[in-house]
Amino acid sequence: MTTTEIEPQLQPAGPLHKTREKMGRRFAYGFLILSITPILIGYTWLVIATISTRTEGLLPRNAQGGIGGFTLRNWDFVTDSAIWNAMLNSLLIAVAMVIGVGIASTAGGYALSRMKFAGRKTFLSMTLVLHAFKAEMLLIAIFFVLRFLGDIPVIGNYIGFNTVGGVALVMIALELPLGIWLMKGFFDNLPWDMERAALIDGASRFRVWWQIMLPQVRPGLAALSLFTFIAGWNAYLVPFTFTVGTKVANMPVFLNQLISDTAPTNWNAVAAVGLFQMIPLLIFFIFTQELLLNIYAGGSKGT
Amino acid sequence: MAQSLDKDTLARAAIGAPGPQRGTLGRRVRNTFTAYGFLGPAMGLVLFFFVIPGILLVVLSLTDLSSANFSDPWTFIGLDNFERLFADPFFPKILRNTVFYVFTTLIFFNLGLALVLALVTTNIPRRSGFFFRLIWLLPRLTPSVVYILMWKRIGQADPFGIYNQLFPEFLGASGGNLFLGGSPWTFVILTNGFVGASFGMIIFTSALESIPKDLITAAKVDGANVWRIIRDIKLPMIKWPLLFIATYQTLSLLTSFEYILLLTEGGPGLFTTEVWALTAYKRAFASYFGNSQWAFGATWAIVLVTVALLLAVIYVKLFKFNELIEEPRIENL
Repeated sequence: MTTTEIEPQLQPAGPLHKTREKMGRRFAYGFLILSITPILIGYTWLVIATISTRTEGLLPRNAQGGIGGFTLRNWDFVTDSAIWNAMLNSLLIAVAMVIGVGIASTAGGYALSRMKFAGRKTFLSMTLVLHAFKAEMLLIAIFFVLRFLGDIPVIGNYIGFNTVGGVALVMIALELPLGIWLMKGFFDNLPWDMERAALIDGASRFRVWWQIMLPQVRPGLAALSLFTFIAGWNAYLVPFTFTVGTKVANMPVFLNQLISDTAPTNWNAVAAVGLFQMIPLLIFFIFTQELLLNIYAGGSKGT
Repeated sequence: MAQSLDKDTLARAAIGAPGPQRGTLGRRVRNTFTAYGFLGPAMGLVLFFFVIPGILLVVLSLTDLSSANFSDPWTFIGLDNFERLFADPFFPKILRNTVFYVFTTLIFFNLGLALVLALVTTNIPRRSGFFFRLIWLLPRLTPSVVYILMWKRIGQADPFGIYNQLFPEFLGASGGNLFLGGSPWTFVILTNGFVGASFGMIIFTSALESIPKDLITAAKVDGANVWRIIRDIKLPMIKWPLLFIATYQTLSLLTSFEYILLLTEGGPGLFTTEVWALTAYKRAFASYFGNSQWAFGATWAIVLVTVALLLAVIYVKLFKFNELIEEPRIENL
C-alpha cells in the first residue's frame, strides 16, 4: 500500500474565507499607511518648505497668495561661514565619539569577555545598570566636572566647559555602557581556538587583541560606529547645555539658535538648514537599512 | 620560574580544560594588571562622568549653590532643599504630570502601538513589512531639533499649521496653535510616542519572527483564527520581550525630557506639561530671574536618579542579566 502525503489544509478554500483574508490584508495596509502619515507629512513639509518662499500647511505660497513662489533663496546659508563652523563642530563631535567609544569599548569589552580578574563581575554589573539608566539627570553634576577639567593647565582649554572636546568627552562617556556591552557580546561569540593557540605560542594579550580578535569583530565595530556617529551627529542636549554662543555650537544647537533668536522665525530658511543637516543620515538610511534596524534593536545581532 | 609546557598541559589546553593549578599569585596579579590596562580608558570615563557626578549630585543637593553665590565657598544647609522640594506648590502637579506622561506614552505608543506594528508588519509579505518598519525608524534617526520643527509646523496656528489646514474644526482643531493652545499633552505624547514606538516594534518583530512556524501552522490546521493565534500563541511566546520593553521604556521615559524641552519648555502657562526630569534641568540651567539654582536642581535630579537606579537594578535582576555573564575559559594557560 502506498501512503499518500497529507498536506496540511491551511486555507479552507471557501470564497468566504478568501474575501475575509483579503479584507484582513487591506485593513493591515490601511492601518500601516495611516500610521506613517504624520511622519510622511512632516518630511513632505520639510522638503517643500526648503524650496519655497513660504508655506501654508503643505502648500507653497507666492507673494500674491497663489500656489507657487518656488525659490532657492533658502539655501543661501551655504555661503555663510557660521554654518560650516557648526558643521565642523558636529563632525568633530561625531568622529571623536566613533574613535573614543570604539577604542574604549573594544578594549574594555575584550577584557570583560575574555579575562578573569578581580572586580570583573562588579564592573560588568555596573555597565549593565548604567546601560539601562539614562544619564541625562547627571548633567547638572557633569557641569561641575567639566568646569574642573577646564581648570587643568594647557589641556583644560580643549576639554573643559564650552569646548568641543568637553562635549565630545561627555558624549563618549554617555554612550560607553552601551558600547562596552555590545562589544563584549561580539567577543563572547568568537571561538576560543585561535586566541588560545596564539597565547600558547607566547603572544601578548595586546597582540592577540589587536591582530586576532579585532579583525573578527569588524562587523560589530562597524555597527557600533554607525550608531555612535548618528548619536554624535544628532546630539543636542549635551552640546546645548555645555556650550555658550555660536563658536562651539554644533548643527542642532546652531539650528535651534536660528529658530529662537530670529523673530519672526523664517521657517523656510530653518527647514533648509534642517534638511542640510540630515544629508548624511539620509545617505545611511538609504544604504544601510538592515544594519540600522538591527542596531536600533540593541545591536544584539550586529550585521 | 618558567612554566613547563609538557604534553599533559598542552592536551588539557587543547580541550579547554582548566590547568592543574589556579595559577600562581604573581600570575594572577599580572593578569589583573593587563585586564585593567584594557579597561583603563573605559574606567576613567565611567569614573569621571558617572561615579563622580553621582556623588557630586548628592553633595550639591545639601548645599545652597546657585549662580548668585558661585564664587563663595559652598555652604551646607542640610536637607532644606528637600523640604523646599516637597513643599513646592507645583510639586503635586509635576508629579501628576510625570506619572501621566510616562504611562500614557508607554501604554499607547512605546508598548501598545509598538506591539500592534510588530504584529501587523509580520503578517504581511516580508518586503512590505520591512518597508513600513523602516519608515517608522525615521523619527528616531532625525535630529531632535528638526523632528520637533516638523511637529511644530504640523500643530501651528492658521494659516501655517498643517493639521489646521487639513482638518479645519476637527478633533479639537480650532485654528489656533495646537501644542501651545488646545492640546499640548496630545502633542507632547505624540512627539515622544512616534520616536518611542520603533524600539519596541523592532524588538517585538524579531521575537515574533523567531516563533517556530509549525506552532502557528498547527493552530491554523486546528481552525484557530488570527485573533486566537495572537492571543493564545504569539503573546505568551513574547512575554519576556514585552516585560523588557515595559521596564526599559518606563525608565527611559522617566528620565528623558529633550523633546518636551524643545516643544513646549514645560508650558504653556505654568508647568502644564512639565515633568520631573525637565524641572530638575530647568531649575539648574534655565532658571527664572537669570539665577541658576544648581543645588535645587540637583535635589530634583537626585530623587529621580535614585528612583531610576532602583528601577535599573530591579530590571537587571528581573531579567537575570547576570546569567549572561560567562566565565572566561583560558586564564590558566
